[in-house]
Amino acid sequence: MKTVCCIKRVPDTTTRVKVGAGGAAIDRAGVEYVVNPYDEYAIEAAVKLREQTNGECIAVCLGPPEATKDLRTALAMGADRAIHLVDENAETRDSFSTAKALADALRPLQFDVAFFGKQSIDADNYQVGTMVARLLGIPSASVVVGMEVQGNTVVCSRAVEGGVETIPLPVPCIVTCQKGINVPRYPALKGIMSAKKKPLESIPAPAISNRVVVSKMELPPPRPAGKVLKGDAAANAREVVRLLREEAKII
Amino acid sequence: MANCILAVGEVREGQLKKITWEVVSQAKRLGAALNQPVCALLIGSGVNDARKPGEYGAATVFVADDAKFARYSTDGYADVVAKVARECGACAVLLGATAMGKDLAPAVAVTLETGVAADVTALAVAGGEIAALRPVYAGKARVTVTVATAPFMATLRPNVFLPEAPNAGAPVEVVKVDVSGITPKAPVTLFAAAAGGKVDLAEASIVVSGGRGVKGKAEGDDQALHGQFQENYKLLENLAATLGAATGASRAVVDAGWKPHSFQVGQTGKTVSPNVYIACGISGAIQHLAGMSSSKVIVAVNKDPDAPIFQVANYGIVGDLFEVLPKLNEEFKKALG
Repeated sequence: MKTVCCIKRVPDTTTRVKVGAGGAAIDRAGVEYVVNPYDEYAIEAAVKLREQTNGECIAVCLGPPEATKDLRTALAMGADRAIHLVDENAETRDSFSTAKALADALRPLQFDVAFFGKQSIDADNYQVGTMVARLLGIPSASVVVGMEVQGNTVVCSRAVEGGVETIPLPVPCIVTCQKGINVPRYPALKGIMSAKKKPLESIPAPAISNRVVVSKMELPPPRPAGKVLKGDAAANAREVVRLLREEAKII
Repeated sequence: MANCILAVGEVREGQLKKITWEVVSQAKRLGAALNQPVCALLIGSGVNDARKPGEYGAATVFVADDAKFARYSTDGYADVVAKVARECGACAVLLGATAMGKDLAPAVAVTLETGVAADVTALAVAGGEIAALRPVYAGKARVTVTVATAPFMATLRPNVFLPEAPNAGAPVEVVKVDVSGITPKAPVTLFAAAAGGKVDLAEASIVVSGGRGVKGKAEGDDQALHGQFQENYKLLENLAATLGAATGASRAVVDAGWKPHSFQVGQTGKTVSPNVYIACGISGAIQHLAGMSSSKVIVAVNKDPDAPIFQVANYGIVGDLFEVLPKLNEEFKKALG
């Protein structure tokens, strides 16, 4: 099968967010960037399916020039080639402008299954994969925690409130990955060496207007200072339950 | 000509889910600010209580009731929402930021050629324009957004927008949606409920969550640690049973393999905003705080007085959770008597 994994470059989870000078995005100074954690599952799923079916795996990223590093990671994990849609300001794109550019790049690839992370951990929109599917007119399943390929059908398990849904998707289709779907491999030294020689095509990402416009970014208000109790466990337990009832009025 | 706010409800096995009241109620408040009536939409098979959204402020309830919608399908449901939004001239379409709403909204937005403000925690109207507040970076920051295209679309975070007091006598018109032209291409074929009727983490109004500290002083091989953690975690389960709470865990616990990922609270797990979050043996790594610091009240139990969790806790107990939790359970039992 021909598989695709779409990845995003995002600030590491340990980042302490500061608002940047424009007041509508983060201050990028000193921020460590990584492959979006959920996209690691997408890479693993795409590479694994390519190995099982002796097909081809293409890694795609809409990101700033530095994102070639993240595409090399995907190549080191086993993708055969990469396409980089270059946009210096990729971070300021909304879900639709990202999805539209990706859909146009994916359309000519004639893929069977394209994998995305279920959300990026920066903007938390969880929309891009589903939008790409709708733009391409193919079925999708989001937040997928398990997957089995049966002929030309990808049977997905999707985590929802109170249980798991089963959705069989005929190919071509799109799957957005949640932790649990697989265990991403670490790139082996051999993979890292060979990744340097694999083809990586860079093309400018088309400019597409944002539909969702950010006017302001701010830090959440600090939580009011709390009460910290020390000493006798029984007395403290009694006091906390009293405070929940009488002060917070919540129990 | 835009002439209503469309609130998309949620139906499971014919029953309306709680998020429906939250979405319809917020649509009513938005409609009051924009001088627009509220329409609700219910999609399912054998939908009960179709008039009930009227009690929360819907003037009209559109019902797409057909065997082909017995289970969810992204494309089938999206086609219905887009059709109704167009036919009723919605200027805003609101959904819950639930598993269904999060999946459905982007598909609908593509068809309606608009954008979605996702996982919104507040809506305001200024100069006839809707502004949405939404967390980013799992709550480490928040942004104010507008939607430049029409209709405005948003998914609303569960447990944040309170339902209005229901008005049983409110007039409501129920309209059947013609869905003859819609064929779901990739529907859900099976729903397997999680074992034991447990309260779902994302929907719970109280969460009891455990971190590495729940392991206690146990040492030994992986299997021994795993066993000891499960044994100790029963203290949390007992407390949760008393409170009707859901149970959760930190990333450290999930990464150690002691709890499945569905329990994880934090930046790479679930973001929760319950009324009460009780953190037990959780130090409070920044990724964890991001996922729970929008809880209304935070209670922390930790033996380390310098643990960062105490900086966000309303009520903290410095102490051994193995002593404190049984006492808390006793006190809650007395209080709830």
